[in-house]
Parts: sequence; structure tokens; C-alpha cells
Amino acid sequence: MRVFSDRLIALVFAIGMLVGGIGIGHAGPYEDALAGFTTDEFSDTADSVTAVATSGSPLAPALIAALQDGRLLYSAKDKKVFIKTADDKLLDAETGKPFDGTPPDDIDPVRVNNRLRGVIDAANGALTLMAPNPNHRYEAAQAVFKSREAAVLPALDKALAAETNAKVKKALTEARAAITIAAEDSSAADKVAAIAVVSARGDQDSMALIESLPANQPPEVAAAAKAASAKIQRTLALWNTVQNLWYGLSLGSVLLLAAIGLAITFGVMGVINMAHGEMVMLGAYVTYVVQELIRTKNPALFDYSLAIALPLAFLVAAAVGILIERTVIRFLYGRPLETLLATWGISLVLQQAVRGTFGPTNKEVGNPTWMSGAFDLGGILITYNRLWIIVFTGIVFVALLGMLRFTRLGLEMRAVTQNRSMAAAVGIRTARIDALTFGLGSGIAGIAGVALSQIDNVSPNLGQGYIIDSFMVVVFGGVGNLWGTLVGALTLGIANKFLEPFAGAVLAKIAILVCIILFIQKRPRGMFALKGRAIEA
Amino acid sequence: MKSHPLLRLLDRDSTLFLVLLGAFAIAIPVLNLLMPDGSFLHISTYFVSLFGKYVCYGLLALSIDLIWGYVGILSLGHGAFFALGGYAMGMYLMRQIGTRGVYANPILPDFMVFLNYSELPVFWYGFNSFAYAALMVLLVPGLLAFVFGWFAFRSRVTGVYLSIITQAMTYALLLAFFRNNFGFGGNNGLTDFKDILGFNIQSDGTRNALLVISCLMLGLCFLLSRAIVTSKFGMVLVAIRDAESRTRFLGYRVEAYKLFVFTLSACMAGIAGALYVPQVGIINPGEFAPANSIEAVIWVAVGGRGTLTGAVLGAFVVNYAKTFFTSGFLAPYWLFMLGGLFIGTTLLMPRGIIGTYNAWRAGRNEVLEENAKSAALEDGSAPSAPPRAAE
Amino acid sequence: MTATIPETIAETSAAPAPLRKKIDRQTTSALLYLDGISVSFDGFKALNELSFIIEPGEMRAIIGPNGAGKTTMMDCITGKTRPDSGDVFYQAGTIDLSLLDETEIASLGIGRKFQKPTVFEMHTVEDNLLLALKNDRSVRSALFWKSSADQEKRIDQVLDTTRLKGVRTRVAGGLSHGQKQWLEIGMLLAQEPKLLLVDEPVAGMTDVETMQTAELLKEINQTKTVVVVEHDMAFVRELGVKVTCLHEGSVLAEGSIDQVSTDDRVVEVYLGR
Repeated sequence: MRVFSDRLIALVFAIGMLVGGIGIGHAGPYEDALAGFTTDEFSDTADSVTAVATSGSPLAPALIAALQDGRLLYSAKDKKVFIKTADDKLLDAETGKPFDGTPPDDIDPVRVNNRLRGVIDAANGALTLMAPNPNHRYEAAQAVFKSREAAVLPALDKALAAETNAKVKKALTEARAAITIAAEDSSAADKVAAIAVVSARGDQDSMALIESLPANQPPEVAAAAKAASAKIQRTLALWNTVQNLWYGLSLGSVLLLAAIGLAITFGVMGVINMAHGEMVMLGAYVTYVVQELIRTKNPALFDYSLAIALPLAFLVAAAVGILIERTVIRFLYGRPLETLLATWGISLVLQQAVRGTFGPTNKEVGNPTWMSGAFDLGGILITYNRLWIIVFTGIVFVALLGMLRFTRLGLEMRAVTQNRSMAAAVGIRTARIDALTFGLGSGIAGIAGVALSQIDNVSPNLGQGYIIDSFMVVVFGGVGNLWGTLVGALTLGIANKFLEPFAGAVLAKIAILVCIILFIQKRPRGMFALKGRAIEA
Repeated sequence: MKSHPLLRLLDRDSTLFLVLLGAFAIAIPVLNLLMPDGSFLHISTYFVSLFGKYVCYGLLALSIDLIWGYVGILSLGHGAFFALGGYAMGMYLMRQIGTRGVYANPILPDFMVFLNYSELPVFWYGFNSFAYAALMVLLVPGLLAFVFGWFAFRSRVTGVYLSIITQAMTYALLLAFFRNNFGFGGNNGLTDFKDILGFNIQSDGTRNALLVISCLMLGLCFLLSRAIVTSKFGMVLVAIRDAESRTRFLGYRVEAYKLFVFTLSACMAGIAGALYVPQVGIINPGEFAPANSIEAVIWVAVGGRGTLTGAVLGAFVVNYAKTFFTSGFLAPYWLFMLGGLFIGTTLLMPRGIIGTYNAWRAGRNEVLEENAKSAALEDGSAPSAPPRAAE
Repeated sequence: MTATIPETIAETSAAPAPLRKKIDRQTTSALLYLDGISVSFDGFKALNELSFIIEPGEMRAIIGPNGAGKTTMMDCITGKTRPDSGDVFYQAGTIDLSLLDETEIASLGIGRKFQKPTVFEMHTVEDNLLLALKNDRSVRSALFWKSSADQEKRIDQVLDTTRLKGVRTRVAGGLSHGQKQWLEIGMLLAQEPKLLLVDEPVAGMTDVETMQTAELLKEINQTKTVVVVEHDMAFVRELGVKVTCLHEGSVLAEGSIDQVSTDDRVVEVYLGR
């Protein structure tokens, strides 16, 4: 709504510049066009919209906005058109003044269909082409490019002459080329030139535009179109690959985030924790609780909610992890299959506990403003939340790697996992290290939960969705090797996204699972396997 | 000298088990069909189906115990074999509906008409014949297990790795069967069955007959399993469980042994699924859920793995508890109990009910023997073998 | 799965002569022939160009400090580890062991006793021996196996030899450490192998048991070839056979116990001054 009112103000201003001399109140193209709204024919309505948009009347933006929102009413009997305001008052569309008579009894909203919506967008485009905000002008040019409404041409030319912003100018030129290509009466030479401009743009819309050319073109136009089509196809294929890579990277980072804690507990300690997913789930619920508290106590802090949730999620999940290690897992060392069953039991208990406390339904976890929205990078759309998750995953990975390599705790952890009795002999308290390692793995799962709460439904089943994938990542990458986990996660993520266009999301997932099953059988120790006698024990 | 094979096959526990199973198979139909409705001794048809369901679960548990208890293969995907057997039976039952379906199509089951199938998919051919369906009940799970096991055992995937990939296997099948275009009714699965071999599937007689057949199959599979584990083959299985690499160095082709028993176990699970479907009246992709398979494992753990009788007992006990608790005001706490059962069994009673009882009995016998011999023999007080964690 | 034996011979004998360095395997009479074997684990060279030969009927003692590669050498012979390079030939060079897996190698008559006694703890002593007894290992024969007087007799013999008659029906997990060592040797005997690889047979045994074991191995050696890995020098001396000392994955010295134990380098790295 805010964007819209901005645009409205800009429009009023722009129209004033665009039409210059035409004053208010004269009977002109605007007033004449109004009749078209009263016939209840889509084609008449479309003509009228174009006429209104090019009429230059300051009332035009309000009228088109009303039409768009279904607030434009007409009476067929009286041949009159009304604008209903947001607070249910009637304005006379001809004058823009409040209507103070009795409304006619056959008053009805002007109907809009899909084609008409396109026309309305184009009209809005024409109206916005000279808005002061370059972003608005750019959007308007894009709208014209898509609609290719020839009626906008005079406004477009005028805007093009006045434009100083290079980006907007390019968009306007492309829009003009689109109109030239679509118009039947443009010359062959003009069309060829226009095709060159459009093919340089090289996106899906340009492709659609060139494909839309009727078959009976002069030979030079047909040839240019064919070449342009091939060129765009190549550009599109490239961007498509980049996009798949991006999606794959994004999925890979999510997998890595979910699996990295498991790489510690399963990969380093050899403890198979089926309740790992529930640690992720706990992290997500911590985020939910933090956001709820902020909403009720101090909404201004909302943008910092994730920063507050992160350490809390780590602590909560780590504490639960240590509790599990001390009360259950430590009695089961050396019995991996029993550990698997016991931790599965723990996962059931945790799920049910959360279900009992917070209810079985999805919880609303909001995105802070810095994580909402998206931007264009070339031909692909990049959302901020995905971008931040990738960055965050990278930070977590590097931090964990550094922690294992450079801290005392990390040193002792590596010592215990490599040779437990030797580590004990040199004075490391192995039981304490076990608990802390397990706590670390669980804590990382907790902060993964904070990140995943931003892109997934926060429900008691959140963790279940990740557990099998996480195990696949760790096993595929090679147990006991964080780099293997990294490569494993990214490989699986990217492979999945590249398969999806061919096979669909579910089949891609099945194919990946089958591939991993076969892969594990080929290399039972994963991609980056440790060799030697030690692992046999 | 070794005792006679038949004596080893039918030890005290096994005989007791078979007698009890036979008693149930006779008593329940008698009490259901012959006792008048109001009688104190009458058993409701609901109970007959419920018990029939437990028997199928018992057979599934038996199949899991055969590989987990004796070879140490923890399959977290046995629910998949169960469900595949169930689907094979379900397909037969679907085709028996014929024109009595909502859309009254003589060939296509309702869901296919609904999804605009023009003709029957090839893999549905033949399922109008019971014999063919029965063959598929064995063949499909058996073949999947054979192929899966052939890859897995040959490349020596063992322990938790094997467990994880069996779980991934059933998960992949779950995803596949949820798809509408996979040709198995998608989300809703197969249901609305009318009759089996011409008998009305809802009638009391059919339900009792299904129960008796289930008991019979359980008994047969139990005897087969007993015969296997008491043979030299069974000794090799335990040897593989306890020291796989040692068994290889003795010249045994470990993967062949594993593959044989894994495939056999999958076939048993398939039979269990096939008997289950007509008794509950539906099969849907939910049966492939990894949670189902792992729950079946806990039945075995509770009853006592490596005992066969324990597996069946565990399936009955846990499922009876489930029926009891999920129907009353305790329902929200059932998952706590189930979770607690997983934790408690592994921590406190790793040998399960039967295993713990046997150990207690063996301990008592040993003491009695010791007393009788009055310590005449040298170093006779060596403790019996500590139970090893099966892997 | 792996190449069958005749193929192996055809394949290697077709190789041009210059590629075969040192002794030509076709002319060797050795039962076990190791040539230039190297194995490395993550950069650590467990075996480095190890070569030696065991003649049929021989008994050989292998000594060497920890990490010298004794167990890895056993692993290479029995198929547990594949050598990165080098040849492992069996029976006068007719069989390439590096192409076979554990099961196939075991069925060729190579038996192994592990460093840590590995018996089937849940089985009784006699069942352990029954499992080891030389016979058809196939799934089918195991399923339809019946006990026979002949097999019982064999088991009785082995029980006699290893002095385990008193614990015949006892579960193996309940045996003492020494008894487990003997049971494992008994299992080796039951297998009736041509070549026995015995890894530290007297570890954890009393002096009397150690000497008894030495006697037993000498007795076994009358009909079979034996390779013994052992640290106990008194035991090795008692065996009185040719000794090979390994160090850092290759042969340091070879000869009689007196030669080897006075060799300067052996004293340096292993025996100590």
C-alpha cells in the first residue's frame, strides 16, 4: 500500500509535467473516454483505459487505481462513472469532486479481466514514465516492455528524451524497441534495429517478445529474429545454470547447517544421534519464543531478535545435548545400534514435549527487515534470507574449524576421538570432553535451528525433515571430516537443484537418495575417507 | 554328540509358543462365532481384527529378529518390505472390486478413473489373479531385498551405515508412493476393498479365517526361522554377528549368508504386510514412514532379540499398550511412553523380556549345578559369557 | 568378482619377461612369495618394498618392533589389505593372492590366528571348532548340515591336541585368555590349512603354556607350513627356526636366531643393547 501511494503522488506530479497546458475542467479526451466504462464491454473498457492514461488528466491515476482495485463504479442508465474512495464515499469521476446526489440504482463495479489487467499495467506504466523516482520510472519502463501497448509511444518518446539515468534510459529504449517489434506498421529496418536492442537484453521476456512475432515477416526481420532468439537462448541457458547453482548453493548451505552438528557428534565422536533434528527444532523454537517476548515487551528490538536468539539457541540445545549425553548416551558407548534406538526414543519425547507446550501447529517466526526482500543479480532473483543463510553457514563452518584446530578444547576433542585411552593417560578428562563435544554438536544444531526458522515452518516435526538428509550428507562426505561434510552438502544441494528441472522436486530427491545408497556401497566410508587400521576398530 | 535336529528345533520355549499360538487361533474364532452376543465369553469382531493385526506385527517382528538378533543387521527399512507385500495384496483386492467401485469401471480402480488413466498400467496386470498377487507378495520385497543386499553386503556396508541406508531406502519409497502419478493411489493408497477370493472382507467368517491364516503363517515362519537358527547355518549367522571378519578368515562367504537371510526376512515381512492389509482394510504410503520401521525394531528389543519368541511377544505387548493408551485420556502421553520404552529398553533391559528371563533362569540353573557338583572340577566357576552387543 | 586362478596365470605369464624383475615366479618353488610389497595408510608407509619367501614345510618366525609392519604383512597375505604395489604369490607362484578376497584365500588353505584372540564368544568350544572344521562352506550345505561321527572324531582330536576337552561344552566367551589362544589354534588345526599364519600366539600366556605352545607349533609344522609372528624371544629361540626381523616395513635381517640376535642393526632397533 505504501509503495502505491508513493506512486500516486509521483503520478500526479508526472502527469502535470507530461501534459503541460491542458487545464482542469475542459471537456477533453479524459471526459470523452469515460463513456467507454459504462458499456460493460471489455474492449471498450480497454480503449478507455488507454485513452485515460494518455489524456493527461490529473484525475487519470486515481481513476486507473480505482479500476485496478474494483472501486470504479458505473451506471449504464445514467452513463456516469464514479470512483469509490477507501472510506466508501462516491466521487464523480468526471470532476473528481464528491458526488452529493442519490446514486443511480444500477450502480456496479467496472469488470476487469486478465487482458484488461495488462492494459491497466501499461497505462500505469505510461503514467509513471516520468515519475521523479528513477526506480518508479524503471518499473514503468518494464511494464511497458511487457505490455507493448502502442498507445504509450508518445509518452515514452517524451520520457526518453528527458531521461538522464543510464539504467532507466536503457529500459526505456528496450521498451520502445518492444513496441516497435509488436507494432504491425513499423518498417523492417526499424524492427531489425529493435530486435538487436531486445536481444541484448536477453531475458525470458525478450524471448517471449521475439517469439510473439507473427510468421509473415520480411526476410531480414525473420533472420534477425532467428539470430536474436538463438542468442537469447544461450544467455538464458547460462543464467539458468547460474540460477541452479545459486539454488543449489542455497540448499547446500541449509543441508550443511543441519548436518554440521551431526558431523561433530556422528563424524567425530561416532555417536549416532537420531535426536539431532530435534536439536535443530529446539533452536527454531527458541527463536520463536525470543520473537514472541520481543513482540510483547519491546517491538523495537525485533530486528535484533535473531542476534539474541543465536546464543540462547546454542545454550539451550547444548544444555539438552549434554543432558542427553550424561543420562543416556554415555552408557551406550561402543553400542552404536542401541544408541541409535535410544536417541530415536529421545527424539520422540522431545517432539511430544514441544507439541504439548507449543501445540502441534506451525508457529509464526518473522524475518527481520534486513532479511526480507530480494534483489536482482543479472537474470536471477536473490532473496536476502537465502543470502544471509549462506553467509551464516560459512561463518559457522569456519568458526567450528578454527575452534577444533586452535583451541584447547578442540585439541582435547581431537585427542579423545583419536585415542581415548592415551588421552586419558595424559590427563584429559575424557568423560568431560565427551559431554562437551556432544554439547557442541547439539549447540550447533540449535543455531542451525535459528537460521532454518527463517525459511521453514517451525513445527514439532521440523527436525524430522532434516535428519535423513543430514545423515546422508555426513556419510556421503566421509565420516570424521568437516571438509567432507562441506563438499558433501554442497554437492548434494547442487545436484538436487540441477535434477529438479528434469525430474521434479520429489523424483530429484528420490534420485539423490538412490545415488547415495549406491555411492555408499561403492565407497562405504564416504568421499573423504580416513584410511588405515584405526578405523577398523 | 549333537541332539536330534527336531529336538533343537522345538525347545521348551518354542513348543510353548506354538501351543499358545494354536490355542489363540482356535479359541478366538470359537468365542467370536459360537458364543452368543451377550455372553460373558463372547469376543467382539473388533477384537478378532485387532488380534489379527497383532499377529501380522508379530510376523514382521520375527522377520526383523531373524536378521538383527542373529546376524546383527539392524534394518530400519523393514517397514518397506511389509508395505510392499501389503501393496501387492492391496492391488489384488482393488481389482476384485470391479464394477462395484464408485465409478463402476470394470478394469480401472476408482483412483485411476479419478486421475484420468485411460488404461491399466502394465505393472497392474495379473493382479486380478490371487496366485499371481501371492507370488508378488514374496517376489517384490524379496527382489528388492536381494538387489539392495547384494550391493550393500558385497561392499561390506555394516552397522549403523547399513541402518541409515535402509532408512533412506524406505524414505525414498515413501516419497515415491506419495506421488499420484506413481500408479498406486498416491496419498490415499488403496482402500474400499470388497472381497477376497470371493468372500466378503467385512464378514465375521472372513475375519476369523484371516486371523487363523495369519496365525498359521506366523507359526510356519517361526518354525522355518527356528530351523534356520538351530542349523549350522544359524551358527554361522551368530559367528558373523559376533566376529564378521573372523568368519571370513575361516572361509565363509559372509555376504552370501547375509544375503540369503536378509532376502528371506524381507519375504516374511512381505507376507506379514499382505495378511495385514485385508484385516485393516487399507494400505497407504504412510506404511513406508521410517518411524514405522524403527518402531517395529523396538518391539523386537522389548521382547528380546535373538530369541524369536521374544520378538513376537514384544510386538504383542507394545502394540497392545499402544491400543490401550492411545484410545483413552492418556493419548497425549503415548509418545512419551514409546520414547521412554526406546530409552529404557536399551539402557536397562538390553536383552529384552525373554532374554532377561532366560539369563535369570540360566543363572539359577548354573547355581544349582554348581551346588550339585560341589566344586569338584577345576576352574569350574568361570562366569558365563558376558552378553556382547550385537552389531 | 575376481579373476579365477587359471586366468591369472595366463594373464601374468603373457607379460613380457623384462617386466618381471628378480626371481621369475614360474620357477619358484616357494609356498609363499612376497616381492616388493608396499602399503601406505594416509602417507604412513606400513610396508616398504617388503620381500621374502617361505618354502613349503618351513616354519618361520617373524620378529620386529611395534609398527614394523608384521600385522599389515599378515593382512596382505590374507586379503584384508590390498598392497599398493608388489606381488603376493602362493603355491609356487601359481596363485596371485592380491586378486582374491579373504574368503577365497581362506579356502585355498591359508589359516590365520589373530593377535587378539578372536573366537566366537557366544558359541561353545565345540561349536567354534565345528565352524572351523574343513568342509563345504556354502549356504546350502550349512542349511542342510547334519552332524556325523567323522566330524565328531575330528573335533575330539583337536580338543585333545589343544587340551580343551574339559571345557568342550563351555561358551567360548567364558574361557581364560590362554584357553582362548589355544582354542584359536585349535580352530586353525580344524581348518586343516596348508599354511598357518600365527600372530602372537603366546601373548598373555604363562611360561609353561608358552613352552607347550612351542611344542604344539613344532608338532603342527611336521605336516604344515607355519609363519609365526612373536615378540617373546625365549619362545622364538625354543622354536629354533629361521628368523626374519622386520623394521619400518621391510626386512632388516634374516637367518638363524643366533645370527639375527647378534646383528648390530637388529640390536639397535629392536632388542636393545
